[in-house]
Amino acid sequence: MNTNGTNEPIILNGQPVVINGQKNLLELIRSAGIELPTFCYHSKLSVYGACRLCIVEIDGMGVVTSCSTVPTPGMVVRTHTDQLRKMRRIFLELLLANHHQSCTTCDKSDSCKLQELARQMGVTDVRFPSIPKDMQADTSSPSLVRDPNKCILCGDCVRACSEIQGIGAIDFAGRGATTVVAPAFNKDLGEVDCVNCGLCASVCPTGAIVPKSEIEDVWKAVNDPNVTVVAQIAPAVRVALGEMFGLEPGVATTGRIVAALKKIGFDKVFDTSFAADLTVLEEATEFIERKTLGKKLPLFTSCCPGWVKYAEQYYPELLPNLSSCRSPQQMFGSLAKTTLPDQLKVKPEQLYVVSIMPCTAKKFEAKRPEFRGPAGADVDAVLTTQELGKMIKQAGIQFHKLTPESLDMPMGFKTGAGVIFGTTGGVSEAVLRYAHEKLTGTRLENPDFTDVRGNTGILSKTLRIGDIYLKLAIVHSLSNARKIADQVKAGNCDYDLIEVMACPGGCVAGAGQPVSEGGEVVQQRAKGLYEADKTLQLHKSQDNPYIQQCYQTTLEKPGSHKAHEMLHTEYNSRKRLCGSAINLSEGSGDGKLNVSVCVGTGCYLRGSQTLLTQLLDTAHTKGIDDKLHIKATFCFEACTKGPTVKVGDTIIEKCDLKTATREIDSQLKVRV
Amino acid sequence: MLTDMQTLELIKQGYDKAVKPIQHRIIICAGTGCVANGSLKVFAALKKEVEANGLTAVVTLEECNEGQIHLSKSGCQGFCQMGPLVTVEPEGILYVKVKAEDAAEIIKTTLIDKSKVERLLYVDPAHGQVCHTQKEIPFYAQQKRIELGDCGYIDPEDIREYIARGGYYAARRAYAKMTAQQVCEEITASGLRGRGGGGFPTGKKWALTLQQKSDKKYVVCNGDEGDPGAFMDRSLMEGNPHRVLEGIMIAGRAIEADFAYVYVRAEYPLAVERVRKAVEDARALGILGADVFGSGMAFDCEVMEGAGAFVCGEETALMASIEGQRGMPRPKPPFPAQSGLWGKPTVINNVETLACVPLIITNGPGWYRECGTQGSPGTKTFALTGHVANTGLIEVPFGSTLRKIVFDIGGGVTDTTGEIDPDAFKAVQIGGPSGGCLINEHLDYPLDFDTVKKIGAMVGSGGLVVMNNKTCMVQIAHFFMRFTQNESCGKCIPCREGTKQMLLLLEQIMEGKATAKTLDTLQTLAEAVQKGSLCGLGKTAPNPVLSTLNYFRHEYEAHIFQKRCPAGACKALAIPEISAELCKGCGFCAKKCPVGAITGERKQPHKIDADKCIRCGACAQACKFNAVAGV
Repeated sequence: MNTNGTNEPIILNGQPVVINGQKNLLELIRSAGIELPTFCYHSKLSVYGACRLCIVEIDGMGVVTSCSTVPTPGMVVRTHTDQLRKMRRIFLELLLANHHQSCTTCDKSDSCKLQELARQMGVTDVRFPSIPKDMQADTSSPSLVRDPNKCILCGDCVRACSEIQGIGAIDFAGRGATTVVAPAFNKDLGEVDCVNCGLCASVCPTGAIVPKSEIEDVWKAVNDPNVTVVAQIAPAVRVALGEMFGLEPGVATTGRIVAALKKIGFDKVFDTSFAADLTVLEEATEFIERKTLGKKLPLFTSCCPGWVKYAEQYYPELLPNLSSCRSPQQMFGSLAKTTLPDQLKVKPEQLYVVSIMPCTAKKFEAKRPEFRGPAGADVDAVLTTQELGKMIKQAGIQFHKLTPESLDMPMGFKTGAGVIFGTTGGVSEAVLRYAHEKLTGTRLENPDFTDVRGNTGILSKTLRIGDIYLKLAIVHSLSNARKIADQVKAGNCDYDLIEVMACPGGCVAGAGQPVSEGGEVVQQRAKGLYEADKTLQLHKSQDNPYIQQCYQTTLEKPGSHKAHEMLHTEYNSRKRLCGSAINLSEGSGDGKLNVSVCVGTGCYLRGSQTLLTQLLDTAHTKGIDDKLHIKATFCFEACTKGPTVKVGDTIIEKCDLKTATREIDSQLKVRV
Repeated sequence: MLTDMQTLELIKQGYDKAVKPIQHRIIICAGTGCVANGSLKVFAALKKEVEANGLTAVVTLEECNEGQIHLSKSGCQGFCQMGPLVTVEPEGILYVKVKAEDAAEIIKTTLIDKSKVERLLYVDPAHGQVCHTQKEIPFYAQQKRIELGDCGYIDPEDIREYIARGGYYAARRAYAKMTAQQVCEEITASGLRGRGGGGFPTGKKWALTLQQKSDKKYVVCNGDEGDPGAFMDRSLMEGNPHRVLEGIMIAGRAIEADFAYVYVRAEYPLAVERVRKAVEDARALGILGADVFGSGMAFDCEVMEGAGAFVCGEETALMASIEGQRGMPRPKPPFPAQSGLWGKPTVINNVETLACVPLIITNGPGWYRECGTQGSPGTKTFALTGHVANTGLIEVPFGSTLRKIVFDIGGGVTDTTGEIDPDAFKAVQIGGPSGGCLINEHLDYPLDFDTVKKIGAMVGSGGLVVMNNKTCMVQIAHFFMRFTQNESCGKCIPCREGTKQMLLLLEQIMEGKATAKTLDTLQTLAEAVQKGSLCGLGKTAPNPVLSTLNYFRHEYEAHIFQKRCPAGACKALAIPEISAELCKGCGFCAKKCPVGAITGERKQPHKIDADKCIRCGACAQACKFNAVAGV
């Protein structure tokens, strides 16, 4: 039944097609098995109507775009008249004339929608003169490369960033033929509010935004006889890589991935799911402590680096609510760099850790200064699923002919809980499998918490575990995260645990995954992960014997001091000029005490500049400048209470020289 | 505050009383054209001279005494070419091209000697007849100025004068005596159609919006007039802002909206200022506010300056701009009537359309239908420019012929030197960059929305560019294409890329680099852009190309096949020629020619080989006898 209450169908190319609740004609035509070409229509984004390729002819209406037309009963629609075919061809020719046609060397060459449609529509010749383009590619981001020369201005990235992620890091600038998609004020992507989720790249039909490749770095390490290269494979990778080799989405190819990596020259291949098991124990311990001791709740998960940066940018006041746990990638990196040199009998600086991730933000995460140890970065390179597929192809490995091999021990051993991390709801379910046993003291027979599975943007559930009620929210996409974070900020919700994933659907839908149309493909990959969980012998992280062993040998117990040092971290507000602190005096001694003086306008007007000079002088005369790291910084968001000074973790408002020196002295005393 | 129904009458009585003792009123046109020609200096000089002659000059009508001279500024009077214009009432004497130095003579002769300054009167160039008043001038006599009527007379900054001349009575009637349905019905019965270009029936649009159930509705007045050379809306906003405001109020009553935005081009600072003042004055009197004319209904209005883009004249882009978004159109449906500004039902009308509304409510739909045609009642203003003797702002009933406009009102077509040439007519571009051209065979065609559309052009917002026979039609198409290409918002492929490619193809033709294929490609592309673009800008952008291709295909073909511009206007195709009469055969040009294209016997006229010539112009520069022409 349609809205008019009749069952009258539309007439599509002479045949009746029944309207079945489709919101626009394009969806209806697709449901009838006809795939209309389009660049700018995405079912999850607002209708934009710019590419004009999904045009149809409707009796009485003429040529209209089907994406923006509501189907009405009796409508007589044609999809491939001569006129329409000619028009589509002209529009594609116009795009090609204005396209940087470096197709053979383009990263997107094998998955470019422009190429595909031009071929499908029979464009064999471009009638129009080529319009040369020579804009600078933006390589500033650690995760993405933006090449405006290849942009066809379909606006998918712009809408994805603002509508799904609620960020708007890029938008249209300029007018007419000089229109470009760019960050505000033509800044570089690396300097704006981009959280590196790469959703823009996954919706981009051409090579205008692509994940930044680290393939060459990895080849270099692999081919260096003095370097031992180890890999960690994220859960979502195993159920998607096969797509690049003609397999169905969701088919787990873990064994073949191991075989391929070994053939490429990796020395050891481990599983990020092992680290995910570790994350479960750490995060659940933190959660139970907060819950039982009445500490700060809700607890937000922190596995997703897109979400973490988002929170640092827009919700610095909620940072204490973020789990201090590092993500599985970084737990693995830290553990690998600490324990593997001994196990593999190599020097720490000879160990090279590569993670294979479904995600572009992981590239950014691996480069965060917090995750650098004495031997450099904990994770040296991050390859996306796509990049691994490309490396396999570059090495000439016949993926479908590979004999599966097993992951290396001990960090290749995982439970099902560590595998389901790769889909939305997975982290929560894994934590629940641990928390249940911990809180009730009884063994959990059925590990499945199907209540927290599903694909709604915000899933809210209250579960009873023993005598305790837990209220959970499982959120994916950052615009949904914003809704929940606003509620938490306003104090009008009582969640205990909130899982946030930036990508709609979780990691299986990450921007590093093989190019797909999304939707069903993502569901199939998620299904693949739940099946992998089922086929494993163990389903609860606490049952992983190697995790237990790891605690015995290295980490003591969940939440221990040692575990905190290696597996936890802290976050910084990025709301104001973050990362732009000016180092003024950096002592050479170990364990320097950080002293930051705000020189933002509000504090400056209240005399912070003078205070800063006095502090530098005093430190010098007292001879303690070797123990201090004095920085000029921007805005603690307490402008009316300035000057603001931060000594260690203590923030002093309305600070003067006397208060500051007293605090410095007392903190230095504790350190000694 | 205006809660009392009688207040309008009181204001009118007060104004009439104040005006009564005035001996003379001198109206100085302060439209943009006249101001540019120094009308404000004229105003100051006249004021000084009035006082120098022992008379009292008043500018604001507060307390007037017998025998005083009222000096007022008006909005555009339309006859821009003859500005600055000065009218002396009650005699109705119209002086043209007045300079500040003329002030003394005007005051002495007209006010003291009760005579006329003959040399400042308009002389009809066609018949040599001296015109003493506006009515005698053919430019005005052939027009029917309904919308513009008060524009060149009243003081646009004095709300009392507007009221004294019957203003806001229509709004009062609509709010106090009529239902929303009745207002819609009256406008529907009048047959008023949207003046912004599309010609959609206004009453129908209002009725559709009235039907929508919503807690909030908006009226938007589209004053983002952007066609090059068009200034109808500006003149109304500058010359009679209260009429526009009253129209907006009535539209609000009709759809049950309580708020309106007036979106005015930022490049119209005077219009912005005048409309803002009108809104403030109306608010001060309580005409706008919480209780309009005691109806219990609220209505208020905000003036917004445009974002400097032509595309913001497109209704969905305009609304996006008001919302603070990038001014880009979106697909329709949903139409603004269903989901407009901030998703609320919205009526968006052009300035000129709204300015007609109070007249219809006051005089009735029957009166409005007295002029115009069955399908397009009423009058239409046009900005008449180009190769025509009288340029300016005109108003004629729909159904008037092009001949009447160009030859009677416009005074005929001029040649390149500006002289009237009865045989020089070539075409008229109607509707600006979105329109098309009308040619000889259309001169006696009655012009209205439907007839012009049938010819493949559009009335548009009312630009009329007259072109003489020295105009190259490929260049005209190129001129308008360059405009739309610059102004395309860049959203949809056909408009963004298509206009750019059409421009390149036209350039190829003008430069003689085109082939037979170019013409086919141009035509096919133009048709695809017309059918496939997202908004009106793109859909109409190819019109100048298609229309000139239709009527002047031979000119395109001459450019392509004979490498010749029939109008002699395309520089790249100009072939220099040596006049046999002037050439002395000195051979200097042949020496200077870098490609050896010039040959000739000594002391005999030389010749240029067109195939070799690279049109550098060195020969023309070298010739001491001006014998080389055409480069």
